[in-house]
Amino acid sequence: MSWLINSSIGRKLIMSISGLFLVLFLMFHSLMNFVVIISADAYNAIAAALGANWYALIGTGILALGFIIHIIYASVLTLQNQKARGSNKYAVAKSQKTVTWASKNMFILGTIIFGFLVLHLINFWSKMQLVELMHGHNYAAAGFHDPTDGAYFIRELFTQPLYSIIYIVWLVAIWFHLTHGFWSAMQTLGWNNRIWLPRLKTLSYVVATIICLLFISVPVYYLLGFGA
Amino acid sequence: MDKNINIKVRVWRQKGPKVKGNFETYELKDISQGSSFLEMMDILNEQLINEGKDPVVFDHDCREGICGMCSLYINGFPHGPDEDVTTCQLHMRKFNDGDTITVEPWRSAGFPIIRDLMVDRTAFDKIIQAGGYVSVNTGGVPDGNAIPIPKYAADEAMDAAACIGCGACVATCKNGSAMLFVSAKVSQLALLPQGKAERAKRAKAMVAKMDELGFGNCTNTGACEQECPKNISISHIARLNREFLKAKFKD
Repeated sequence: MSWLINSSIGRKLIMSISGLFLVLFLMFHSLMNFVVIISADAYNAIAAALGANWYALIGTGILALGFIIHIIYASVLTLQNQKARGSNKYAVAKSQKTVTWASKNMFILGTIIFGFLVLHLINFWSKMQLVELMHGHNYAAAGFHDPTDGAYFIRELFTQPLYSIIYIVWLVAIWFHLTHGFWSAMQTLGWNNRIWLPRLKTLSYVVATIICLLFISVPVYYLLGFGA
Repeated sequence: MDKNINIKVRVWRQKGPKVKGNFETYELKDISQGSSFLEMMDILNEQLINEGKDPVVFDHDCREGICGMCSLYINGFPHGPDEDVTTCQLHMRKFNDGDTITVEPWRSAGFPIIRDLMVDRTAFDKIIQAGGYVSVNTGGVPDGNAIPIPKYAADEAMDAAACIGCGACVATCKNGSAMLFVSAKVSQLALLPQGKAERAKRAKAMVAKMDELGFGNCTNTGACEQECPKNISISHIARLNREFLKAKFKD
């Protein structure tokens, strides 16, 4: 199986599969977040189910691996591509109208998304699963809020308009990343022809928009003052 | 109506592969808009020779858009600003009086510059030599109806075979990837019965050679398909991915 690492299409396959896996995760995560608008208790029930249980920890591990593989391969591929482009740059280079901005800036978008991801982990994961791992049921003695009370952390963060706006900016970057990433992953898997190419491109926008609208609904809900 | 125009041409001059190059600007007067871009380059060279200077070196051969020899990155586009033509099919009527036209060679690590506007594209020949052919003995010419080929496959193979291997796809790709070229060459044979026998071997060998020669990894921007003078579709790239992955998973 060394071809997965040694061939360009193999490396792209790894990007494609890890990317699609992350899209599935985003679908689940966005649906779960939307629940907090409907019922904070229901949301907390899901958060409690995904605490520091063995299955949630395995899931988190696999997820982290997915992110790490996707990021490492993105870096490797980008470096290789820059080398292939060569050191001589065109004095005049214009872009084609049909080439989307996102498709040419996937690595930059990915870097932005990664930066916000770190902030996101500090905002939520470090106060929830991490606290549960470190302190178990003695979180109160250690001075932490109930780590399974996810709705509380959401309210605390998004009632600060600055954070709501930061998260919205982050989600817009994710939207751009997904509009190219989704169909590009299918193309790499070889599932395309003249009929399916435009269909998948459209589907890409549909998937990206649904995921991002579900996500954005939460900060917007608090930004507009409904959750306070 | 075509008229005569005065233009400035900003051309990349480079003495050799290792020498540092630079732009030189030349003025040309009374160029007919009815002339082709390469005829304009010929006039420029005539002028340079008369002035005792070195003419500009550029690739060209058939001058009717089928050989794939001409290249040139003109005003930021491979094969110039016109759609679906090679540089030799580009006409001066696409330019206006007083324009400054920037002419650069293909710039990509896979295509090192030989001199001025001429680049070394033997990498493409090496990829073809790795498997872009049918080596089974197919015997004499059979009757046309002896091997049924669906219309769809015949059309798709013909579209892929339109690739002239000029390298515009590599030149314009932000990743210096040769996937459009390789995918066209794999597609044209994989779709037809005569090419099917060696399809797995071919896909693996040609992709391996492409990677070895230092071409980049495709990120599906689609710039190649826009700049291709022969309109090769990136759906061929999906087919190449499919051919390659199927071959590897079978091993």
